[in-house]
Amino acid sequence: MVTTPSRTKQIEVVDLRLSYGLKEVIRGISFAVHPNEILGVIGPAQSGKTSLLRCINRTIDFTPDSHVSGTITIDGEDVYRTGNVYTLRRKIGMVAPLPVGLPLSIYDNVAFAPRCAGLSRRGELDSIVEQCLRQAALWDEVKDRLDSLGTKLSGGQQQRLTIARALSHQPEILCLDEFSIAIDPVTTMRIEDVLKELRRHMTIILVTNLTQQARRLADRTMFLWKGEIVELDRTEVIFSESPRDRRTREYVEGIFG
Amino acid sequence: MSPAPAPDDSPAVMAVRAARRPLWARLGEKSIEGMVYVSGISAIIFVLGIFVFVLKEALPVLGHEDFSLSRFLFSTEWYPTSEASKRYGVLAMIAGTFSVTLLAMVIAVPFGLGAAIYLSEFCGQKTRETLKIIIEFLAAVPSVVWGFIGLTVMSKLIVQFTGAPVGVNVLNGGIVLALMSVPIIVSIGEDALKAVPDSYREAAIALGVTRWQLIWRVLLPAAKNGLLAAVLLGVGRGVGETMAVLMATGHAVHVPQSVLDSVRTLTANIAAELGEASAGSEHYRVLFLTGVLLFTLTFAVNLAADAIVRGIRRK
Repeated sequence: MVTTPSRTKQIEVVDLRLSYGLKEVIRGISFAVHPNEILGVIGPAQSGKTSLLRCINRTIDFTPDSHVSGTITIDGEDVYRTGNVYTLRRKIGMVAPLPVGLPLSIYDNVAFAPRCAGLSRRGELDSIVEQCLRQAALWDEVKDRLDSLGTKLSGGQQQRLTIARALSHQPEILCLDEFSIAIDPVTTMRIEDVLKELRRHMTIILVTNLTQQARRLADRTMFLWKGEIVELDRTEVIFSESPRDRRTREYVEGIFG
Repeated sequence: MSPAPAPDDSPAVMAVRAARRPLWARLGEKSIEGMVYVSGISAIIFVLGIFVFVLKEALPVLGHEDFSLSRFLFSTEWYPTSEASKRYGVLAMIAGTFSVTLLAMVIAVPFGLGAAIYLSEFCGQKTRETLKIIIEFLAAVPSVVWGFIGLTVMSKLIVQFTGAPVGVNVLNGGIVLALMSVPIIVSIGEDALKAVPDSYREAAIALGVTRWQLIWRVLLPAAKNGLLAAVLLGVGRGVGETMAVLMATGHAVHVPQSVLDSVRTLTANIAAELGEASAGSEHYRVLFLTGVLLFTLTFAVNLAADAIVRGIRRK
């Protein structure tokens, strides 16, 4: 099969399979993500949502005993054949379920990736830090204490800090993995507004355990179950009275899962 | 349907509410509590006991008219058995202890931390297990065996390669001491690095940093307290080690001008001379005073370490 890079397919996944040892957790899934869309990924625990994200930015490489087959292409480049995995990862911003503040100051957390990429001029760093913190709707709360430890912030602030950090290397794709699991509803709504704004600049994959969150934000939604795609369609269809698969309806209505 | 909760007056509920543990269980708990308390404060008792004992043996010498504390600390002349005039200056030995320890740390810290980083971040599971067993074996080699290696193997090599007149010197002692400190630095340093949560690694990796940037900018700062503790335990070993340096450094009372000079350390001096000094004599008491000095030095190192670690934590 010849895959031609297309403007409408920023990420293309073909027959992706992932196993940890003998246990297959992703069982041959294929889908594409279009530029500037929010793709919602819903599904119960253990359905392979987090593993999918880790395959895309290849942090799966650090899990011993994991085996990946199939292809993932980003902007036409095969993720598993790329010569420079660091450049690849810089195209992707990743936000984990529980905020991981690196043991650095707020400023250094956000300036971390640009510094590692070789940027050192204070002025440039300052403006990147401010821009990212503003994008993550955190700037006004922390602008007077950029030098204090990131881990001293509240849970919701820390999560926005990790979003700011994920934006700091100017990614084209932002992956969020159940970002609202540890934060309150008000902060969640603020971040959702942030995401609606960010969609204008980048592609977003939103893994969420809150089906209503996908309904609010996603253009298209994918229902993943036991490592397989049950259904992937426009969000209105998935949440309508008549999605194609009966299980989809049962899941989004809370009957199972 | 879950079963209905038991009514308040059912026999099981009454029994649980009225239950009392037997006397032996309550007393046993109290006595274990007491024992744990005693073990806990015993460390303080022992440290104080040692300090008081050493001080008691050493203090009377301060009253002797021909003994001067400043000469003890700042003179390099050590003639404890001279008939004409006994002189007790330990500056040369302080210099000896410091030079050997410093050289040992210069060698051991990069090696030890490097090995710790390799073990924790780079090598595979099997290599790590094997290496850790070998490193623990190194830590278990008795110090007299190290001294023996320094005295025989190392000194010949040093004479051969540097052309030094004697092979037992600062270089020899430094290398032997480094070999003894490395296993401590490696195993404690590796524990410190392993204690850094994997989520830090994953978060940094996801930002597109290289392995080296991950280590340099995330892991080392995150583990710095543990790594500092590893290095200071190595220093502690260097200052306190006796037998190996006694055998490997040449035992000459002399302020070293180069790493190829023989020196004597504070510890080696006590070990070698205490047997000959008659109990209660001036010589005997000066050796105890040297013990007090050593005690103070290690105490100062520990205190400094503590202050540094606290300072880092507060920031």
